[in-house]
Amino acid sequence: MAEQATAGPGPNERPAPPQTTLQRIWDSDVFYSFRSSKVTMVAAAVTAVIFFMAIFAPWVAPHQPFDVATVDLMDAELPPSWEAEGDPRFLIGTDNLGRDLWSTILYGTRISLTVGFLSVIFGLLVGVGLGLVSGYVGGYVDAFIMRVAEIQLSIPGILIALLLAGILRGVLSAEAYNDAVVWVLVLTIGTSIWPQFARTVRGSTLVERNKEYVLAARVIGLSRFSIMLRHVLPNVMGPVLVIATINLAIAILSEATLSFLGVGVPPTEPSLGTLINEGQNYLFSGLWWITIFPGAVLAILVLAVNLLGDWLRDALNPKLR
Amino acid sequence: MIAFLVRRLLQAIAVMAVVALCAFFMFQFVGDPVNQMVAEDATAEDREYLREQLGLNDPIPVQFANFALNAARGNYGVSYQHKRPVSALILERMPATLELAVTAAIMAALLGVPMGVYTGLRRHGFMSKLVMTLSLIGISLPTFLIGILLIYLFAVILGWLPSFGRGDVIKMGAWESNFLSVSGLKSIILPANTLALFQMTFIMRLIRSEMLEVLRTDFIKFARARGLPNRAINYGHALKNTLVPVITIIGLQLGSLIAFAIITETVFQWPGMGQLFLQAVQVVDIPIMSAYLILIAFFFVVINLIVDMLYYVVDPRLRVDQPAGGGHG
Repeated sequence: MAEQATAGPGPNERPAPPQTTLQRIWDSDVFYSFRSSKVTMVAAAVTAVIFFMAIFAPWVAPHQPFDVATVDLMDAELPPSWEAEGDPRFLIGTDNLGRDLWSTILYGTRISLTVGFLSVIFGLLVGVGLGLVSGYVGGYVDAFIMRVAEIQLSIPGILIALLLAGILRGVLSAEAYNDAVVWVLVLTIGTSIWPQFARTVRGSTLVERNKEYVLAARVIGLSRFSIMLRHVLPNVMGPVLVIATINLAIAILSEATLSFLGVGVPPTEPSLGTLINEGQNYLFSGLWWITIFPGAVLAILVLAVNLLGDWLRDALNPKLR
Repeated sequence: MIAFLVRRLLQAIAVMAVVALCAFFMFQFVGDPVNQMVAEDATAEDREYLREQLGLNDPIPVQFANFALNAARGNYGVSYQHKRPVSALILERMPATLELAVTAAIMAALLGVPMGVYTGLRRHGFMSKLVMTLSLIGISLPTFLIGILLIYLFAVILGWLPSFGRGDVIKMGAWESNFLSVSGLKSIILPANTLALFQMTFIMRLIRSEMLEVLRTDFIKFARARGLPNRAINYGHALKNTLVPVITIIGLQLGSLIAFAIITETVFQWPGMGQLFLQAVQVVDIPIMSAYLILIAFFFVVINLIVDMLYYVVDPRLRVDQPAGGGHG
């Protein structure tokens, strides 16, 4: 994160004697604020560990929870290994189908993160594109796009995602829906977060479009499209990174919520939200671990990403609180 | 004032028209209502008769006009799943959701405002830091997880409170209330807390940052220079000046309370509108979905309108003529 942030032209960089890239990053303001905040460093470490384990789940996980051959229903509902009836093979117990909970959580985190990242990328592409057009072209186009964004911003994202999911369930067959569920979720969650990107980018585009370099680009006869893409876009991307980080947390939460509500990832290859939903049914019989562990992973992940987002916002823009 | 009101009202009507159009297109393009309504062995004539009856053969603009008129009269058709008029279904369930949302809103405001003031005034105190850290956790925990944790603690382990449903509700005409029986009161505690927690942390953090902002301003320094007691400065001057944005945000948050009620109602099997809507999404019951969409949009538009007017009334600075669409940045 920090490397990316400093690689761009930072406003605070003073002309310095030639240094290696690594040294420049180490001395930069952004990285200084990173070094001086213990909370941020812990959050970054936690995020990195969770990302690593999710990406390499097939190698890190002790069991293959989706391989029917290795799963035994006889192992179902075993408590964590430190409890009296626990089994040393299953560190934090098994779920209702006899899958190793730890491995299932690793794979589930993988799905949650995939949906989260893709949703943010989708929302970012749509939002930045529309914001750029809105700010640069202006007029009716601008008024229309901003009105839509404003209306959507006043309605909670989860409601929009739910409605879209409902509509797509009607359009697709149940089987097609489950096959394409990751893309459905990306579409619905991405759609629910684009306005924030659009509004921010539009704001900075309005400032940039009147600057001299844009005028110069127009004078030499570049097309609107290439001015927007090559000249304005790189200069409005700073705040976008912050919004993307904060929205990653929101997207992960939205995915978990949709899956919990039963319109997201199906239980055959569950995400964290699906696991919590499944586990909820067993809470009353005392099988607390099926719910509590996925819940804890979800909460820690979202908290860490939120903390990183907060830090990034303060570090990149001292004017914002 | 009149011009401002008229402009806002026109905007509100435009928004409602767009939402109605969305709902109408949902009807048009998602599934065939005739298939949902007739029996399996219906003949082609039966279908055609129903088609004519429902007005599905009319030109699209006529159909939309009929749809909008019906919607304005509160007629949203018949639910595919429940085979009953949607308006009756929603009206039955509205009291449950409203009682839950209003209880949560009151709790959030009553707890959030004092905590925000406290953490704003004693910024570096131990309690403030503790509360701020806890609030960050509160923001990161998804609503449904909070609900599940509360159920596990208070219903499963301690066994103090019921984990689902509304308990004994007392009927007052068409309104079923939770507040008149012991089991009803006990039943609303957990869901209302779940729903209130996020709003409470939100209000608290908002008031805190507004307080910090206001306490830095010159008129506070001047008040101190005049030798006013701390009490008068903190509450009479500072808090009063934070309330303008806070009222706005709290008003707008009422809408999201209704949205988050979907989740809370699902966790606690609370028989409200949110649960009805979620079941409709799961089985693609279009009439309920579109009615809910229109209803929620209506709530939001009305709340927005009231908040805009409150803003206008409370903050005299806004009464200077502004270009249209101002105030949103």
